[in-house]
Amino acid sequence: MSIARDRKPGVIRVAGLSHAYVLPLVLIVAWELSTRLGLVNTRLLVPPTRVLAAAWRELQQGGIVAPLAASLGRDLGGAALGSLLGVLVGSIMGVSRRWEHVLGPSFHAAKQVAIFAWIPLMSVWLGTGELAKVVFIALSAFYPVALNTFEGVRSVSPAHVEVARVFSFTRAQVFRRVVLPGAAPSIATGVKLGLVYAWLGTIGAEYLLAAAPGIGNLMIDGRESFQMDKVLLGVIIVGAVGFAISALATSLETRLLRWRA
Amino acid sequence: MVQAISAYKLDETGRGIASARARWRLPSSAGRYALGTLLPLGLLGLWALAAERAWAPAQILPPPRLVLGTIIELVSSGELLNNYLISLGRVAGGFAVGATLGALLGGAMGLSPRLEKYLFPSFNALSQVPVLGWLPLAMMVFGIGESLKIVIIAQASLVPVAVNVLGGIRRVPAQYLEVARVFELTRGQLLRRVVLPATVPSLFVGVRYGLTLGWLSLVTVELLASSEGLGFLIVWGRQLFQLDLVLAAIVSVGVVGLLLDKGLALLEARLLRWRPEASWGGGKAAAS
Repeated sequence: MSIARDRKPGVIRVAGLSHAYVLPLVLIVAWELSTRLGLVNTRLLVPPTRVLAAAWRELQQGGIVAPLAASLGRDLGGAALGSLLGVLVGSIMGVSRRWEHVLGPSFHAAKQVAIFAWIPLMSVWLGTGELAKVVFIALSAFYPVALNTFEGVRSVSPAHVEVARVFSFTRAQVFRRVVLPGAAPSIATGVKLGLVYAWLGTIGAEYLLAAAPGIGNLMIDGRESFQMDKVLLGVIIVGAVGFAISALATSLETRLLRWRA
Repeated sequence: MVQAISAYKLDETGRGIASARARWRLPSSAGRYALGTLLPLGLLGLWALAAERAWAPAQILPPPRLVLGTIIELVSSGELLNNYLISLGRVAGGFAVGATLGALLGGAMGLSPRLEKYLFPSFNALSQVPVLGWLPLAMMVFGIGESLKIVIIAQASLVPVAVNVLGGIRRVPAQYLEVARVFELTRGQLLRRVVLPATVPSLFVGVRYGLTLGWLSLVTVELLASSEGLGFLIVWGRQLFQLDLVLAAIVSVGVVGLLLDKGLALLEARLLRWRPEASWGGGKAAAS
């Protein structure tokens, strides 16, 4: 029996590049043919060429760039805000046991609520505009960042802290020079997760809060007017952006953490 | 899921930082719980005060007493239980479909490198789209009925289960396979006695992520398109502008999250007890 082992996904992707295209090509051709031959309901399953046409049409009419920019803007704004707060709260809980006891139980209790459940409540308190969206996106990014920062700070080697104390570092110096660099890989993981959740949060916030330009709204509009090509275009954009964000975050992470090697 | 591990291992490693302030006596466990109630009690007090002094209209900030009353009413009328059962039933149905398909898909890709070569890139590309990205599409194809909820939960749980089963099979230690070869196990024996048990911890990671993601997606679908379930209860309260109902329903959603989290941790510890590391919390570590 053969078992695929010791292979990283990236390696497979490079080695099996030609294999990778077989399935999608077959599917796309079958999809196009079945719609051309009238085997399926074309209102429901539009041919791939029409999705391409829709992409071209929307691009020319500015129907993609502006919503995408709006979505990315609130996504990154919310993610930045949530990450900052997450690092702050995670550090406080990580450094001080007392604060961990004070904040921890509430933090973990609040984390149990499926995050989108907060949206209707937020819409009452913060309105349904940009503010509510950004706050919600920040909340989505906050949990993973805070949790991973906490873990990272706690896993800082006691020996390093000891050395710093021998050199009579002040508490602020210990934190900045020892704890923070020691926790950096974990914080980076948290921020990466935070970015993934923020993008999910962006899409959800655009669905659930009042209409404003954005990729989520592009899809909702497409659904309401029963334009399947527009919806499929939205799916592709949402996936591509999600992929780009995590790829960028990963490369940024390796670059920023190179000093550790 | 991550915090459960740290609670154990960090009592030693974390001391380095905590002892930087040795003059802070570590509170006893009773004191620790007391500290944990400070923030919720403080918030509750502030909330009650704000409601009493009418700093904000009762419509925007209902008094805590009203929320508690609403919860009691929802429980005693059976309305809450009803919505719980509807939501949990959807999760169970969708998850059963998604986890089964995911385990089969991940297992097939893990056992056949050829299948993996052809399938994995497409699977990987499709899984880049967040679950909610598919939602408008799914609503067009499946309508907004019960099948939509099942499909969305199934899809949410399929990806993590498949990815983790695939990873688990890839990571079966080479020594195990060597031993199996020495004992001349047949394919079936190898699969049942070596590959399957070695994959279980990883499968469980997938199950946990899958259920969590499935639950999150269901709440969102219920917020958007449903006429029953816990998510719907929230939207309904919002539409009636009864924030007490909204808050009560949010608490109920949190209770489900808590039950899923703790229930799965328990189940995992039990299922993985046979592993030597499991008694040391190794099963928990696998979940991180």
